Amino acid sequence: MPRTESKSKKKSKEAAPIPGPTLTLPEGITLDDLVDCYRQMVLIRTIDERIWALNRQGKVPIAASCQGHEAAQLGSLLAVEKDSGCFLFTYYRDLALKIGVGLTPVEVMCSFMGKLGDPYSNARQFPLQGADLRHRVIQISNVVGAGLTQATGYALACKMLGDGTVTLAYFGDGSASQGEAHEAMNFAGVHHLPLVFVCENNRYAISVPQSSQMAIDDVADRAAAYGFPGFVVDGMDLLQCYEATRKAIAHARNQGPVLLEMKVERFMPHTTDDDDRRYRPAEELEEARRRDPIVTLAALLVDHGALTQRQADDIKTQSTKMVDEATDAAEAANLPDVSTIHDLVYAP
Amino acid sequence: MAVIIRLPHVGESVVEGTIGEWLKQPGDTVERYDPLVEVITDKVTMEVPSPVGGTLLKVLAQEGETLPMGAPIAEMETDEDLPEDSPPPEPAVIADYGQSNEQPGTIGYLVKDVAPVGPTGGGPDPAQTLTPDSETPVGGPRLSPAVRRLLREHGVDPSRITGTGMGGRITREDVLQHLESHPAAAAPASGDAADQDEEHLPLTPVRRMIADAMVRSASQIPHAWSTVEADVSGLVALRAESRASFEGREGVELTYLPFFIKAVAEALAEHPTLNASWGGDKIILKKKINIGIAVAAPQGLVVPVIHDADKLSVPELARAAQDLTGRARQNKLTLNDVQRGTFTLNNTGALGSISSQPIINYPQAAILTTEAIEKRAVVREDAIVIRSMMNLCLSFDHRINDGAEAGSFLQAVKGKLEGLSPGVPLN
Amino acid sequence: MAVKTVIEAVREAIQEEMRRDSSVFVMGEDVGRRGGVFLATQGLLEEFGETRVVDTPLAEASIVGMALGAAFRGMRPIPEIQFSDFMWPAANQLIGEAARVCYGTHGQVQAPLVVRIPYGGGIRGGLFHSQNVESYFFHTPGLKVVTPATPYDAKGLLKSSIRDNNPVVFLEHKKTYRLVRGEVPEDEYTVPIGVADVKRRGESLTVVSYGLMLHYCLEAAQHLAQEDIDVEVVDLRTLTPLDTSTVLDSVKKTGKLLVVHEDNITGGVGAEISALAAEHAFDHLDGPIIRLCGPDVPTMPFAQNLEDAYMPNTEKIAHAMRKLAQY
Repeated sequence: MPRTESKSKKKSKEAAPIPGPTLTLPEGITLDDLVDCYRQMVLIRTIDERIWALNRQGKVPIAASCQGHEAAQLGSLLAVEKDSGCFLFTYYRDLALKIGVGLTPVEVMCSFMGKLGDPYSNARQFPLQGADLRHRVIQISNVVGAGLTQATGYALACKMLGDGTVTLAYFGDGSASQGEAHEAMNFAGVHHLPLVFVCENNRYAISVPQSSQMAIDDVADRAAAYGFPGFVVDGMDLLQCYEATRKAIAHARNQGPVLLEMKVERFMPHTTDDDDRRYRPAEELEEARRRDPIVTLAALLVDHGALTQRQADDIKTQSTKMVDEATDAAEAANLPDVSTIHDLVYAP
Repeated sequence: MAVIIRLPHVGESVVEGTIGEWLKQPGDTVERYDPLVEVITDKVTMEVPSPVGGTLLKVLAQEGETLPMGAPIAEMETDEDLPEDSPPPEPAVIADYGQSNEQPGTIGYLVKDVAPVGPTGGGPDPAQTLTPDSETPVGGPRLSPAVRRLLREHGVDPSRITGTGMGGRITREDVLQHLESHPAAAAPASGDAADQDEEHLPLTPVRRMIADAMVRSASQIPHAWSTVEADVSGLVALRAESRASFEGREGVELTYLPFFIKAVAEALAEHPTLNASWGGDKIILKKKINIGIAVAAPQGLVVPVIHDADKLSVPELARAAQDLTGRARQNKLTLNDVQRGTFTLNNTGALGSISSQPIINYPQAAILTTEAIEKRAVVREDAIVIRSMMNLCLSFDHRINDGAEAGSFLQAVKGKLEGLSPGVPLN
Repeated sequence: MAVKTVIEAVREAIQEEMRRDSSVFVMGEDVGRRGGVFLATQGLLEEFGETRVVDTPLAEASIVGMALGAAFRGMRPIPEIQFSDFMWPAANQLIGEAARVCYGTHGQVQAPLVVRIPYGGGIRGGLFHSQNVESYFFHTPGLKVVTPATPYDAKGLLKSSIRDNNPVVFLEHKKTYRLVRGEVPEDEYTVPIGVADVKRRGESLTVVSYGLMLHYCLEAAQHLAQEDIDVEVVDLRTLTPLDTSTVLDSVKKTGKLLVVHEDNITGGVGAEISALAAEHAFDHLDGPIIRLCGPDVPTMPFAQNLEDAYMPNTEKIAHAMRKLAQY
């Protein structure tokens, strides 16, 4: 298991090889998988930055950036995709997850601009909120914590049906304070549900630092109180996130819930409407950015001969081109027809 | 081509931004999405990326300047189309921009025709309409929407129906029962029932207003009637004597009407309860004497009002009456011309009538008709003589006045008219 | 035909639907071994086992939140909130989340759950065992709100609710559970959601009500028949979607409207019914629209006399009917 795992690790029966400085690839993946991840990560970063720019141009009303969370989201997603029997409940900062599962850049841009072609809600909701059932993702709202009990119910249904599905519920450190986080974990523990709780802890609930949110260092410690294992993972390290999620999925399917706490960094303000300079020391952010998961992954791939600088440059150029095209396509896309405002308040 | 770059609409509740540092200078080449200028809002400090690539021509907003979103901030030369926001940005409107944000005190408002003041002139003035109950009859029978609809559909006069509801209200059942016992009335007044023996005229809005006003008066005011006969031989002689010189001097035709108005105005001043209206739990005396005169205009009956009639001389009354009747016939009356009447005079004599039972102009206390002047054989000092005679017919609200007050008022009008004779100065 | 109580009708509906469809299951506090505090789920654990009769912790937000999540997986959960007074912790899951699922996913995801909520007063329940909660749901597009008054309607409507693909708030008036009895057919039947029922025909005036109050209205109407006042009583049965045409047809026929409910008067269902009549039946109204409802105090004081003062009853309703008839 990851080197930073918490005390509750003692409850875990198995210990795994740690991906260390000398690259031993975890079970089930190849270097090609990692190059794919890198390509995705660069595309997602390009989209993320473009959305921010479009907001500053008045074309995107609101956005929450995932910059700094990419390794956690894509690492865990790699395990999900290798498993093929998972269902995801995401939260609002999971841009990398939502794109990683297969959303196209045009769909992303349409969603952010509130245009037809948004697959999540057809431009009824905030960007990428609603559901993408093609890719087995649900996120009904951005009332944090509300998705956790829903994910628990989903896992309960999967268990009733015996279909082998493992549900992953992603949430931030802020959600961890919600009463429903407790209710969800408590029930999941009682019923040994096939459920992985993934806390992407960036240490800030908008402006409130972790020290004002909880009296403990690790959210993962709470798992012990619910009778299942909890682990701390370096969320800036894609391989660790993959490996921890892979093991958690297996554990959840056979034995019950797992809580993974992925320690990540938030590179950007909470949303486009926030100014983190008011509450976050510049040095802290500078320090965090030195651990940019894209830089880390690129270095790892270059070190091991899986990527050349030129290939890296090509990937960046291609990403920019894709994002330019997607932006233009979304700007040209239609708004929903006003006559449809009453549609689908009720299911047929 | 040169395009204008505007301060973008950014943020969930933000309406203005302050220009920070310009990150490009005039003459600089700018790529699309290059940071152009720093903008500081209530919520964030941000770099605004350029919406197009090209050359920055001109900076239109200086550092430190605060602008509403949508305001122009720069001019750029570009080959690209400036992508249109949808909907296109409109500058946010900020009142008293750069100064205090106090709301303006009064912006004024349009007082709409809140009551049917039109053709009958009897509507309360707008100031009164804004304070309900001031002149609304309390406890009087009111017609429910269902009853009004049935009456309308069947053309039934509610005064012919006895109400059995609360406080004598006419109920829907009452109307239905009336229709059953009066089959003739049961034929719908409009629509399909028209047979070959009838022609159904659609109601004009004015006709409908007149009808509603008459129904309201007839159904809400308990009318009583009284008639007196006046010997106006002196008035006839006075008019014949002064007519030519008057018209030469005043440029107005001299009819009997101004004399009638003057007599009525004077008599009203002496009998204030005739210049009044019913207030439910009180009687409202009007301090002004504003006399409406019924005019048959092409579109229907209208009642323009001569305000403060008691303060006008015969020539002034003649001029006012001519002006109002003329404009009534040309359909050029203003709202003021038909408002705030306190008493109505109808010169039915002009139509040849010798006796009438007029309906009061709601909510006034009474209405007077002046009937045709005819030479009649009358007895004076036991001799039969020929005199110019006319009838004065009064309808009055019996809630406000009894026969005694009404009779006294009529005698006063009669006395004033009979007191006129050749040589009396016209003032 | 067998005569049953409302609680028996509810139990039968759940039981029959669970037999019919394996995706139907019940969950909530004390629904298993205890069979529900009102015994609505009595016997279900024995028949269907712990997997489909889930005793949950005392945590309402998760009872509804988890039911919603299970519904996303294609199940048809019937979560029970033990008393309406305890539903507030679950308000976000119901009003905030469930109601927006279909609209907010543009129809990709549906939320076929039935939240059963015993509600209402007149049972000495005080402020926290008597609440009327319907107007909060009534105001929320995306929810269906069902308020049966009789055993027949309770069973037929609960079956329809379980088969509906939308979140349904199924409000059972506690006092009707054993107080109201009625015939319930042995054969399979359903009552459609969104259709009001004219429980008594009349010409003099229309009374619109639902739940427990319906029975008081019927009783009052019977008294007034002896005074030659002929009252039509409309049972809404479903608050959302509201059967506007049955209400308007009746009001147009009688020309007079009285709305009776136990819930607080301000912003209640009666306000909406009144507005509806004023807007769409204006020319037919032959009297003021009257509401006889609970006063604007928290439902519902504990002391017997205060509770009596709060609750509309047959006498108060008869008085209001008489006044309106005489108008």
